[in-house]
Amino acid sequence: MTQEAARLRLKTRLFAPVVVLSGVLGNYFMKRGMPATLVFPLDYITVLFRPYVALGVLLLILWLLLRMALLSWADLSYVVPVTSIGYALTALAGQVFLHEAIDWKRWTGIGLIVAGVALVGGATEARTFPIHQAETRR
Amino acid sequence: MRWMFVAIIVAATAAGEVLQAAGMRRHGEVRDFRPGAIGRAMAALARNRFVIAAVAAMAVAFFANLGLLSVADLSFAVPATAITCVLETVLAKYALKERVNWLRWAGASLVICGVALVAQ
Repeated sequence: MTQEAARLRLKTRLFAPVVVLSGVLGNYFMKRGMPATLVFPLDYITVLFRPYVALGVLLLILWLLLRMALLSWADLSYVVPVTSIGYALTALAGQVFLHEAIDWKRWTGIGLIVAGVALVGGATEARTFPIHQAETRR
Repeated sequence: MRWMFVAIIVAATAAGEVLQAAGMRRHGEVRDFRPGAIGRAMAALARNRFVIAAVAAMAVAFFANLGLLSVADLSFAVPATAITCVLETVLAKYALKERVNWLRWAGASLVICGVALVAQ
């Protein structure tokens, strides 16, 4: 492995968990501060000023920026499946912190999502390389 | 109602992801994370039409996500939108011309099955 490839690999492994965590916490805080219904269009704006929702929005902005940075050196088809483990972690947060009832079907689904993410991530990791190298390989 | 929000989120997110990837590829790798360099990168990205379109699509997805979170459990709302992953893999293959091998397709299929169960 070249020094450049090792650098990108390390950077990807550092960024990906932070991207996942910011997305999970962002959605969790948004749900925690969300009212039961949003009836009028103006409700979609006023709800943003609730403390938990605002914190969730800030975390999702961080998620978006970090993800954009990650996408600048890694393939979309690598970034998306790897960070999609956040879907499962968010469901877990819903059960643990919001006391949502999750039956065996939903947990089985979460297991399949994790397995799918691991399979896709394992198949694509070695193919993540800088764009200029990708251009020369084609 | 909740499936309408899911459909909007999936379509807008997939469009946003592909546009974002195209825009960031045009911009190149982000290497410098000092405040000044980040400011310059943001200014360059603000003039990138792919990134602008991506942000608009993400805004649509964001407000649909607000609506979905107000009517559904967190353990449904977020996993249900994982279906975006498969649509994005298809778009990565055909719109971004990335190499997508059969293992990736198999993994994406597992994600689909998982989402189907999570959403029940």
